Amino acid sequence: MTDSKQIIAIVEAVANKIEAEKDFLTQLDNEIGDGDHGINLARGFKAVQAKLPTLADKDIGAILKGVGMELVSTVGGASGPLYGTAFMKAGNVTKGKLELTDAEFASAIDAAINGVKMRGKAVEGEKTMLDALCPAYKALKDGLDAGKTLVDALADGVTAAQNGVEFTKTIIATKGRASYLKERSLGHQDPGATSSLFMLQCALEVLREA
Amino acid sequence: MVGIVIVSHSQKLAEGVVELARMMAAEAPIAAAGGLDDGNFGTSYEKISAAIESVYSADGVAVLMDMGSAVMTTEMVLEDLERDNVKMLDCPLVEGAVLAAVESVGGISLDALTERIAEARAVKKLDN
Repeated sequence: MTDSKQIIAIVEAVANKIEAEKDFLTQLDNEIGDGDHGINLARGFKAVQAKLPTLADKDIGAILKGVGMELVSTVGGASGPLYGTAFMKAGNVTKGKLELTDAEFASAIDAAINGVKMRGKAVEGEKTMLDALCPAYKALKDGLDAGKTLVDALADGVTAAQNGVEFTKTIIATKGRASYLKERSLGHQDPGATSSLFMLQCALEVLREA
Repeated sequence: MVGIVIVSHSQKLAEGVVELARMMAAEAPIAAAGGLDDGNFGTSYEKISAAIESVYSADGVAVLMDMGSAVMTTEMVLEDLERDNVKMLDCPLVEGAVLAAVESVGGISLDALTERIAEARAVKKLDN
């Protein structure tokens, strides 16, 4: 079970992590993009953090939707509509819930990923956040299906996301700004996949403490 | 007249495209939605919404975007707006904006403009 307090704690942890890694993400984006990923996401999550107290007593669906809407209006780069849609879609499937079963937690992640695919018109293997998110979801789902606890299954998911980030170094970007660089995008890890990994790591850390 | 909105990451670029289009069609209802509220690079949901409102009429609005988040953010604005007569057009930003402005003043409908704008993609600047 995951309750709304833990969801708030995860969002809070993500905001702190993104702020701490702002320069690193921006540096990654400088190499193959327009160099704004860290700055944009940090601006967005700072606004989210300021809004969190007004969401604290809401259900999980409303919390996630509120986070998504705030990201859409404050990030300013591609990660705004992408992560914004992800959180809003996760909010749709958790509407009215004060607690999530492990299966519902996984479904929320699945809905978020489908939101990213829909908004970005992207699939796995294009050197985007999906290269961290899709393998992570698969490992999480497989773990839960095999009877693992949410924390253990999510730990598998984080490992899969780490491998996914490494994998982005080996492929040419075909979506997003990096696609303009063609083979020059090789050897660089994708900033979006990296921020997605950070978010999953934060979720794991918070749930582990519980 | 069909309203036109130019969405860009850059405030200067959006305003420049509007300026260029107005040289051909001074009367065209055209608005820029470039950059973030603080002037930084990026695309703003609020700026796009406000620009659409500022040129909206029953004739509808055509929104032209540069790339990436400009397209995705506009998509989200339109989904929330739920109006059939506000559409994104897929075309080169400068050529499309000039064509849209001229056609708007000429009284074209939004549907006809959507078809006409596809031609902006085929316009060649060089002979070969």
